[in-house]
Amino acid sequence: MANTQAMATSFKGELLNAYHNFSATNPARTINTADTFKAALYLATATYNATTTAYAATGEVSGTGYTAGGVNVGTWNAPTTSGTTGFTTPTASITYTTVTLTTAFDAVLIYNNSQTNRAVSVHTFGSQTVTAGTFTLTMPTNNSTSALIRLA
Amino acid sequence: MAMVVTTKGEMDESLLEKKEGTVDNDHEITRWTEYWHEGELVHRSVHVHLKKNVFAAGVAAMIA
Repeated sequence: MANTQAMATSFKGELLNAYHNFSATNPARTINTADTFKAALYLATATYNATTTAYAATGEVSGTGYTAGGVNVGTWNAPTTSGTTGFTTPTASITYTTVTLTTAFDAVLIYNNSQTNRAVSVHTFGSQTVTAGTFTLTMPTNNSTSALIRLA
Repeated sequence: MAMVVTTKGEMDESLLEKKEGTVDNDHEITRWTEYWHEGELVHRSVHVHLKKNVFAAGVAAMIA
């Protein structure tokens, strides 16, 4: 059992049903407030992957300074396209400040807190622990080849 | 004097042993910093830079 990096398959269908709004300005609709996305950390023993449909507490890390459900992702770069690829990335790092997480974790689930916690994507990294410290996830460059979320 | 948040409260960095490490591979760049006090890990921070994204390929089917 392990976490696997993937875009949630359910997310792809939900895009077609306009569940997710990453942009504060949505020219196609009168919704000018972006949804709130959150980032939850998961233990290396958990099993989050493309079949994940929503945030769940099962397998989530726990420890001093960490709140179940994780932290807000913040704003996203306005979704755009280049060539045949659409993409977006959070505008800032995701940071868990002064936490103690002593059981190894290796994945973060991005999910839409405004839409009943529907899953967006799972991102994996080398297994880590944190002791009275800060865990920071720095985002890749927001372009058509590196952005965190890409559709092509 | 730099102070470090530890499991024992804020401590002067000069009293601690500092260890640092980096992992750089196709998937991520990870940097970690540890502070030890009398053989005990009292602080560990981790900074992960994600290199790989998630990707969905779109397919427009032919209308036969």
